[in-house]
Amino acid sequence: MAAEQGVRCVRPPTGTGLGGMMRTLLLLLWFAARASALYFHIGETEKKCFIEEIPDETMVIGNYRTQLYDKQREEYQPATPGLGMFVEVKDPEDKVILARQYGSEGRFTFTSHTPGEHQICLHSNSTKFSLFAGGMLRVHLDIQVGEHANDYAEIAAKDKLSELQLRVRQLVEQVEQIQKEQNYQRWREERFRQTSESTNQRVLWWSILQTLILVAIGVWQMRHLKSFFEAKKLV
Amino acid sequence: MPRPGSAQRWAAAAGRWGCRLLALLLLVPGPGGASEITFELPDNAKQCFYEDIAQGTKCTLEFQVITGGHYDVDCRLEDPDGKVLYKEMKKQYDSFTFTASRNGTYKFCFSNEFSTFTHKTVYFDFQVGEDPPLFPSENRVSALTQMESACVSIHEALKSVIDYQTHFRLREAQGRSRAEDLNTRVAYWSVGEALILLVVSIGQVFLLKSFFSDKRTTTTRVGS
Repeated sequence: MAAEQGVRCVRPPTGTGLGGMMRTLLLLLWFAARASALYFHIGETEKKCFIEEIPDETMVIGNYRTQLYDKQREEYQPATPGLGMFVEVKDPEDKVILARQYGSEGRFTFTSHTPGEHQICLHSNSTKFSLFAGGMLRVHLDIQVGEHANDYAEIAAKDKLSELQLRVRQLVEQVEQIQKEQNYQRWREERFRQTSESTNQRVLWWSILQTLILVAIGVWQMRHLKSFFEAKKLV
Repeated sequence: MPRPGSAQRWAAAAGRWGCRLLALLLLVPGPGGASEITFELPDNAKQCFYEDIAQGTKCTLEFQVITGGHYDVDCRLEDPDGKVLYKEMKKQYDSFTFTASRNGTYKFCFSNEFSTFTHKTVYFDFQVGEDPPLFPSENRVSALTQMESACVSIHEALKSVIDYQTHFRLREAQGRSRAEDLNTRVAYWSVGEALILLVVSIGQVFLLKSFFSDKRTTTTRVGS
């Protein structure tokens, strides 16, 4: 309901371009509020990697915001526009599905096509070493996976849903996510079972082979030594 | 759906003002949220995360080691004054709930400094306060209808289902990591042992032969 009213108020009756700008501003502010969650420090040449184990056809949205330590003001300030972050996403087969450079503040999105461990790596593209000057870059990071990546305000506006309809839509998305995860779980359990059975087989074959090798070597040793001693006329 | 007439009147009367209020509400840090991150912790490394928390917010930190070595890590949680709220060494998984006693930046660190060559994968879930509501300017004063409250309770139940699923997925990943480790170890060990067996047994025979060759020459010398 509030989303509808929000939409109505950003589309004033005059129908100027101000409506679109306000809407973009609201979305940006919403993302900014979401992105100032957890943060960590990263060195200049350091590469930080995060892993997301997800089923297929799942959308992942990552928001990040960087801040640089300003020695004069002795606090963290938003980084200069020249400083960006290089984001690289690899799929479970180690194939790069996203490799792009973003600015000091960015948002990256990707959808998984194969289930498994996706690796998201971030490192700064700083070439001017004076920018860091021995300090660290502060990176605010927020990664939303699957149903959490949905922008419900946008969905409500686009499909013109009431509050109850939006809640039900959220439940449907949640259940779909659970279903996908269960499917993936079944596939992983099968892989686990295959690994265990392979280990079992290997241990079984190895013990049989080891016994045969031991017996064969023992026989060969005795025969060889016997012929050696007979040649040396010691037996 | 609300009565269109009154809603439109409301929107017309407080249209721009409502927008500005909404924008202001969005600027204020939200009621909370959760950060779920799985990251790699190299050997001899320490990784710290920080979060600004308002006073009185109930927070939960939960972590689990997924792969690597003995599947354990050191964890430490400090409040803005540097006081240690939680400290555990070599833990495989744990959950810690606390209420923020003051405003400020809370810091939690995972350390793998005790390990020399195994790097670990650590998962943590840091829940701060309640999840943000579906509608940013939701009016909580008015009671929810039966349908809406049913939806809310289903949503909460599904959230706990997803939570259990995550835990199960992590346990399964840990078990699978151990099984794959075991599999490769068995493969290497069997090949290695076969080679050692062959080398040792053939070496024994030739060594023994060499003993008797020397003795033979000494006996002939003594004899003559």
